Amino acid sequence: MDALRERVADTLLPPVVALLVALVAGDVLILSVGQSPVEVYALLLRGTWGNAYGFGQVLYKTTTLICTGLCVSVGLRAGLFNIGGEGQLAAGGFAAALAGLALPASTPAPLGILVCTAAAVIAGGITGWVPGVLRARFGAHEVITTIMLNFIILALLNWAISSADGGALRVPETLHTRAIRAGALPRFGDLIPAFHGSAANLSLLIALIAAAAAWWYFFRTRAGYDLRAVGLQPDAAEYGGVNVGAVWVRAMTISAALAGLGGINFVLGYKHYYEDGFATGAGFLGIAVALVGRNTPLGVGLASLFFATLSQGGLAINALVPKTMVDVLQGVVILAVAASAPEVRRVLRRRKRIATA
Amino acid sequence: MRKLFVVIVLLLVAHLGLLFVHPAGAGATALGTGLNVGVVFDVGGRGDKSFNDGAYRGAERAAKAFGVHVHFIEPGEGSDREAGLRLLAAEKMDLVIGVGFIFTDDLTETAKEYPHVRFAGVDYSLQTDDRGNIVQPPPNLAALKFREEQGSFLVGALAAMVGHSKKLGFVGGMDIPLIHKFEAGYRAGVKYVCPDCTVIAQYAGVTPDAFRNPGRGKELALSQYQSGVNVIFHASGSTGLGVFEAARQTGKLAIGVDADQFAEAPGHVLTSMIKRVDQVVFDQIDRVRTGTFRGGVYEYGLAEGGIGYVYDANNRAMIPDSVHARLNTLASEITAGKIIVPVSR
Repeated sequence: MDALRERVADTLLPPVVALLVALVAGDVLILSVGQSPVEVYALLLRGTWGNAYGFGQVLYKTTTLICTGLCVSVGLRAGLFNIGGEGQLAAGGFAAALAGLALPASTPAPLGILVCTAAAVIAGGITGWVPGVLRARFGAHEVITTIMLNFIILALLNWAISSADGGALRVPETLHTRAIRAGALPRFGDLIPAFHGSAANLSLLIALIAAAAAWWYFFRTRAGYDLRAVGLQPDAAEYGGVNVGAVWVRAMTISAALAGLGGINFVLGYKHYYEDGFATGAGFLGIAVALVGRNTPLGVGLASLFFATLSQGGLAINALVPKTMVDVLQGVVILAVAASAPEVRRVLRRRKRIATA
Repeated sequence: MRKLFVVIVLLLVAHLGLLFVHPAGAGATALGTGLNVGVVFDVGGRGDKSFNDGAYRGAERAAKAFGVHVHFIEPGEGSDREAGLRLLAAEKMDLVIGVGFIFTDDLTETAKEYPHVRFAGVDYSLQTDDRGNIVQPPPNLAALKFREEQGSFLVGALAAMVGHSKKLGFVGGMDIPLIHKFEAGYRAGVKYVCPDCTVIAQYAGVTPDAFRNPGRGKELALSQYQSGVNVIFHASGSTGLGVFEAARQTGKLAIGVDADQFAEAPGHVLTSMIKRVDQVVFDQIDRVRTGTFRGGVYEYGLAEGGIGYVYDANNRAMIPDSVHARLNTLASEITAGKIIVPVSR
């Protein structure tokens, strides 16, 4: 009984403290621009959870963040810091668009979706496999290689969009490709009229399935066990017979494939084309999502929902509070969560030590 | 454990205490009784000292002049552009403005869905259908375009007249048709007053980063100045800051773009070719106010006051009166249609 209570306190208290710190910081920020906190919070909630359109936008943003958050957390579980989420996400989106352009318009919808999604996952996977191999074979640190690959991927895609003279690919005077012919995912608005206009689409379900699969992989498979063992202590894992290099390559590939999967949210679900810059920020926010979600798939899902709410809410309150304030608040949340988890646990542990003494 | 609860209670009390503080003037930007205008900037646009800030100034000027209520939205990512337009449209604004060509698709779609809300897109890019015909924007959408080539023509003529060199320089940002328009106008202006002059035109790159690369701008400008160029016109965003740096270093001249860039290198900025985004935004708000707003394509050139070049106390000493008179003549010839400035190379 006591152990259960302790576990509940251990998981629930840090986020509660962090949330309170963030709320107080938010109060101060809102007051500093001369607005009333209660009104601004009310407006934020009305613009996000208070109407179907706003909630749809929250779900849309959640979808991408689940993918990039899972991407970072798979890496961290294996002891690797994959910060290439942005490039991997963009690569996945671009591959999905290419597949959608290459397929004939008569492709049956399920097949088109399957092919385009597979293209996104494979393209993402390749962009993660490369730094994985570089790490395993040559010892090149993945932080350096993934961040550098970001630049390479984004610059290449940008070149393809803005200057490659393939008239079949791009639309002049814009920064996006032509619309895909097959593989489009239905939007929630097509199924439930209240969601009309919002970008939320069925890729949310695909992202949730990916999160469930990640949980299964981590905690119910041998490969997942190896991965966590390598993350906790690579030398011990190697002594235990795990091929650490192979695990690194596998972890980076899966991690980046998950980020690539996120590309379908924008390309197959929302705009039906690849647009330069759609991934901006989502890769790095994925790091915050993984951190706040403490690297568990469920935590990543909840953290994604939270950051998506903050992002959409920031738009809703933009008339009263400048966007920079919302950015500051986002930073405060990340800091509060990062600091409160170990701090709260330290206090809890001390109590335990006193009790046992 | 007790310590933890003390912290939680303290935070809770602080939060509840602050939550209900109501500063004077809070909530002042709720929907007003007069005209309501919404402006959506580009991602990271505010603070660019050029395009987005121009739209901001125009809207603020209208707010002061006509008592219009202006609502600004700064998107955080790509999908927020459409979300911002929708938020404003759903609040039944009298006019919703998207700033930048990247809003084109979002504006078209939102305008179709809210036929009773007026929309305007600065630098809206017109699409062509499969047969090459221009697709007209929806009837409640004003596509605001600029004739950058006309202003570029004038600064080209000016550069050729005061440059003391048969070689003139041009530094473009990203190598795309929009920037070719500047180059084409500039070339035409140079050739018009000095048929045997040559223009050296270079671009900083092929990606949007080419608009944010002062190092590259400086490199290109230095090589042009060393080859005998005395005046360089840049159309390259913040890459141009490098061009000004090179002008200051070599003691030569540069021409700014979009806004008055005199302050970037006082004494070395001959003039700036200005795109009056503020004027255009102000004009559209005024049209809504007076009931003369119409959808369709608007082209703002010299005649409409949407394009111009800087001639004021800062640079009067660099431009002889005779040259200024010649430029006025050229401007009126363009306005009258006697000179047709090309829009592509």
